[in-house]
This record gives sequence, structure tokens and C-alpha cells, in this order.
Amino acid sequence: MASKKMADGGLPVVARFEVRHRNYLAPDGSIKRPLPAFASDAGLLTALYRAMMLLRNFDRKAVALQRTGRLGTYAVSLGQEAVSVGVASAMREDDVLLPSYRDNGALIWRGVKLEEILLFWGGDERGNHFSGPVQDFPFCVPVGSQAPHAAGVAYAFKLRKQPRVAICMFGDGATSKGDVYEAMNFAGVHKLPVVFVATNNQWAISVPLRLQTGCETLAQKAIAAGFIGEQVDGSDVVAMRAAAEDAIAAARDGKGPRFIEAVTYRLGDHTTSDDALRYRSADEVQARWKEEPLTRLRSYLVGQKMWSKAEEEQLAAECHERVEAAVERYLATEPRRPESMFDHLYADLPGVYAAQRRELAGEGDV
Amino acid sequence: MSEITLVEAVNLALARAMEDDPDVVVLGEDVGINGGVFRATVGLQTRFGAERVLDTPLAELLISGLCVGMAAQGLKPVGEIQFMGFLYPCIDQLVNHASRIRNRTQGRLTCPMVLRTPHGAGIRAPEHHSESTEAMLAHIPGLRVVIPSSPERAYGLLLAAIRDPDPVVFLEPTRIYRAAKGEVEDNGEALPLDVAFVLREGRDVTLISWGAMLKETMAAADALAADGIAAEVIDLATLKPYDEATVLGSVAKTGRCIIVHEATRTGGFGAEIAALIAERALTSLLAPVTRVTGYDAVIPMARLEQHMMPSVDRIVKAARQACQFS
Repeated sequence: MASKKMADGGLPVVARFEVRHRNYLAPDGSIKRPLPAFASDAGLLTALYRAMMLLRNFDRKAVALQRTGRLGTYAVSLGQEAVSVGVASAMREDDVLLPSYRDNGALIWRGVKLEEILLFWGGDERGNHFSGPVQDFPFCVPVGSQAPHAAGVAYAFKLRKQPRVAICMFGDGATSKGDVYEAMNFAGVHKLPVVFVATNNQWAISVPLRLQTGCETLAQKAIAAGFIGEQVDGSDVVAMRAAAEDAIAAARDGKGPRFIEAVTYRLGDHTTSDDALRYRSADEVQARWKEEPLTRLRSYLVGQKMWSKAEEEQLAAECHERVEAAVERYLATEPRRPESMFDHLYADLPGVYAAQRRELAGEGDV
Repeated sequence: MSEITLVEAVNLALARAMEDDPDVVVLGEDVGINGGVFRATVGLQTRFGAERVLDTPLAELLISGLCVGMAAQGLKPVGEIQFMGFLYPCIDQLVNHASRIRNRTQGRLTCPMVLRTPHGAGIRAPEHHSESTEAMLAHIPGLRVVIPSSPERAYGLLLAAIRDPDPVVFLEPTRIYRAAKGEVEDNGEALPLDVAFVLREGRDVTLISWGAMLKETMAAADALAADGIAAEVIDLATLKPYDEATVLGSVAKTGRCIIVHEATRTGGFGAEIAALIAERALTSLLAPVTRVTGYDAVIPMARLEQHMMPSVDRIVKAARQACQFS
């Protein structure tokens, strides 16, 4: 953070802070500074590319399903695929993810099935009983309210001396909430193994960042909580992976929490219920397309001869096939029985609710 | 076995739970070396360490949210909110997360947490320290709301709440924290949740209450007995889910019911009980169900608070009227 000069009469400075910005790949795929070690692993880079491509294909299909009445409201990741994929790729399986509703990419990377995500957005809680790591949290819809959970999870890791890290993801809007600040503050006090990732996609539905905060960066919010905040090019998956790797390693190593501000752009509407043209121009969106993460990584990979046209075509076919198969399984899933709304209300359903359950089951009146 | 106060019983239960189960963690503002503003956690940090008895930053939402995260990892957090008036930032966590994470994940993640808070008026405390908004909490599916009325039940019900696999808001009747005394055996035995306690049997009228108001309700039963009216007194104890069978069974016997709570009347938990009786026991009734409650006003500060709260006289009068009705 740029220290603001005060008319100070020579008073001493008691603290000074700075925020770094991380970026490796330019929008055209050229290299801006030496790449991190993992970037020499073509297998890893192409895996990141494949994951982002799958996510984009999946999003496109999900929107089509919504438009044809076969899925509920859905939030696409268009333009910010590098954030969720990059972060998840740096996690260990037994770390715990606490995602927001736009972090599909992280869930898919961690083993959640596409049809499970469709089930959730199709209005079925079973989508959250997913195939990903069993302790991962489900999508959090009330914005930022999962941040205190992340601190609680990380506290449990620390108490039990487990070398695990909680990763909490939310958007720029969430950084305005007390929940997020309270969690970060606590994490700072106890040097908890938790990484907060704010996807700054410039828009909280229709509210632009300049109405969300007077800060130069969101990363600097970590400074008030006593730990490092880093700004990262969130459309550069190499930068996202590297930043997440560093932050997670530090947290695992007992060095306390980190905050990552992933600066990117939401190229799509907020959700399928939104029409972003009401509050931002098509020109603005068009201009930001040149930064998007897939073209950027592909340009780099092709330039490095790590990726070919044939592989691109094969990937497109694979994505199509995977998504279509998942959609088929999703659509073939019968709704739960109505009375099952009582099945997981409590560990054991209190007797007083048995009659209501029977009524739903069509087994006589209350 | 010596007599202890209700707040000492809370302390005893917390210590027992922490001793028995290393997953139990106590957290809140000033719960550490200070032992809590009411001393409910006194001595725990010395005995169990600062990692398991932690002073949180001054942030109530955080306390409830931390509990959800810890509980999802299998810890059994017991959070303390210093006064019920400071509980409201926790409502988001209770409604959106604690009470439904089991259902949202179809049993994959659960929330075995307890949130303790003092409940009610009558200690001449400052503004915002005299709340009794239990009905708000009892409206939340997936939650348990428990309130003891004696040291014995504070001990047994708090142990049950901590051991319960689902979230419990545990309301502690501030006014009788030290006024209520009783013998409590520290035997680690829990009392059942979701069950009402019949404190006194009687055939003429059912008096239902919970928490500190049981004191006035029992005194009213004594006064009625002097008139030859045998009142049955029920301590509801668990408000969510509540023991409908005991309520209905008693009303079927007495035909008359007075519900006593210090919370405001409209939308209070008494309305729920009255509705249950109207739906399920109408033909047993010999008199209208009557609520003796706080008025529909903001709980006054110290100088007027005693006027807000149901008195023994108001309860006795309502019961007599019910008995005279038919």
C-alpha cells in the first residue's frame, strides 16, 4: 500500500505496508517475468488448461439447460476460470475448501461430479452430498458468511496439530461484509492455517468495485488483520496457481493466514437471472475479453509447443462428451421423496415431527 | 453433596463435558482468565488451557460462525454470548448455517455446537441486557432451544446439549443464576432434551412456563393451593422441539391452561402452545387458554422492568378466572 503522507510535523512512522502484484503471463501469452518452477511441467499446465476448458463448456451447457427450463438459476465463471482452477490445483486433498457459489471450477478439480453440481443448481440438496473431499463445504450463497467457518475449521486443524489448510473463496462484494473481516481478524490473532481468496471480478451484481470500497486494493484488507495480502492477476492461471501454492505452503508451515486478491473480470452476467447490460456497456465487456484466461494460457502453451491443434480438437470433443453424459445422468435423477425433507433435519427426527413427515409421505393426516 | 447455584451448575457441566471429551471447546468474550461476565466459565482456562478455553475478539457473529466451522470438523464448540441482546448478529449463522448444514449436505457435514447466552430481565442491567426473544429462535427448523429453570436441570440439560449431535441454543435464566440453589451431583448424567418436566402435579389447571418465570409460576401454584386449586406446573425446558404430548396430556386432565412467559405476547412462544391446544385439545377445554406474558412493549430499563414481567398475582388471577369460567 502506498503510504499516505501526512502533514505530520515530523512525527515518526510506526508502520509501513506494501502490497505486491503477481503476474507471469501477459494477455497475449508472452512471459512477463521468470515463471515458477511448476510451469516447466507441461502435464500440469495442460491439466489446468483442460480444467478451465471443461468449466467453460460446462457453464455454457448449464446456461442452455437453464434457458430451456431444465436447471434453476446458475452462476457462470466466464472470464474468471483461472481463479478457482488455479487455487484448487494448489490444494491437497485433505485441505478443506469453503467455496462461494461461483467456484465450480474448484469443486470440479477436487472431484465433485458435474452431475452433482447440476443437481445442486437444479434444486436438489443431494448435489451437496458430493464426491469431492468429504469435509469440503458446499457452495455458500449468503455472501461471505462462510469466512467464519473457515476460521473455525482452521482453528480445529491447529488445535489438533494437523498439517491442513482451509481455503475460503468469495467475491469482491464479500470483502465489504463484517463476516469476512471478523474471520480474517481472528485468523490473524491465532496465525491460523487459512487462505482467503477474494475473486475481484469488478462487479457485485450491478455494483462496481468503486462503490464497494475506497481502498486501492482489496489485498490491503489483510494488513488490517495482521497478515500478508497479495494482488494476483486472476486471469493468469500460472499466477493464481503460484500465489495459492505459496500461500497454502506458508499456512501449512505455521506462518499464519494469507489473503489473495485475484483481479479478474466477470465476462458473463451475475447469474442467469441477471442482465448485465442494465448496468455496464457491451463495449466495456468486449474490451475485457482480450484478458481472458483460456486464450492467454493456450497462446503460451502453443508457443512452447506444449499444445497442438489436434489436442485442442480432441479436448473439445472430450469436454462435450463429459458434459453431455453428466447432463444425461442429472436429468435421469428422480426427485427425492417429499418426506425426505425431514431426513437430515436432525440426526434423529424428534417425535413431534413424525406426523408431518407421514403427511408428506401420504400416510395419513397430521 | 452441597447446594450450588444455577451458574455454578453451568460451570460444573462445562468442566465435566471438557473433562470427558477432548473435542469440547469453550469460546467467547472474556471466558478465559476472567471466567465470563457471569463467571460461568471460571477456572476452565486454568484447568483445560487457553487453546480449549479461548477468549475471542469482540465479535458475536464470529463466535457463532467459528462454532459452525469447528463443529463441521467434529469439535464440540460451546460458544458464549454475554447477553441475549448481543445474540442478534448470530442469527444469520444460526438460520443460514448451523441449523441447516446437515440438511444442505444431506448429512455429510453436521453441527454439534452449543451457543449459550443469559436470558431474561430482572437484574437491573443496562439497556439491551434483558432480552427474552426465545420465540424467534424456536422458529428455526433444525435448531434446538433449551432453557433450564434449576441448577439440576442446568447441569443435566447442558450436558445433553453439548453431547447432542445438532446445534442447541442454551438460554440461561439470568435472574436465577444465583437465586436458584439446589443439590447437583456431578455424575456426568445428562437429562433428556425435547422433554418437559412436570414440577408439580394437579388436576384443576395447567401452568406452563420455562426459565426464570418458573419461580413465579411455582409461587402462584402455592397460592392457588391455599385456595384449594390444584395446579399442575410444567417446565417446558426444551422449546424447540417441544414436548407436545406432556402439554396435551396435562390439558386433557385439567381442562384449563395458563401459559406464562416474560417475553412479549404477540408471536411469543405462548401463542404456539395455545395454538397447539386449540388444534388438538379443544374438546378438553373448560376455559379459554390464557397467556400471562410481558407486554407488547420494549423491555423497559431497570426502573420499570418489574412492571413488564408477569407477577405471581397476575398468574394467580388468570388461573382463578380459568377455574371460575366453568
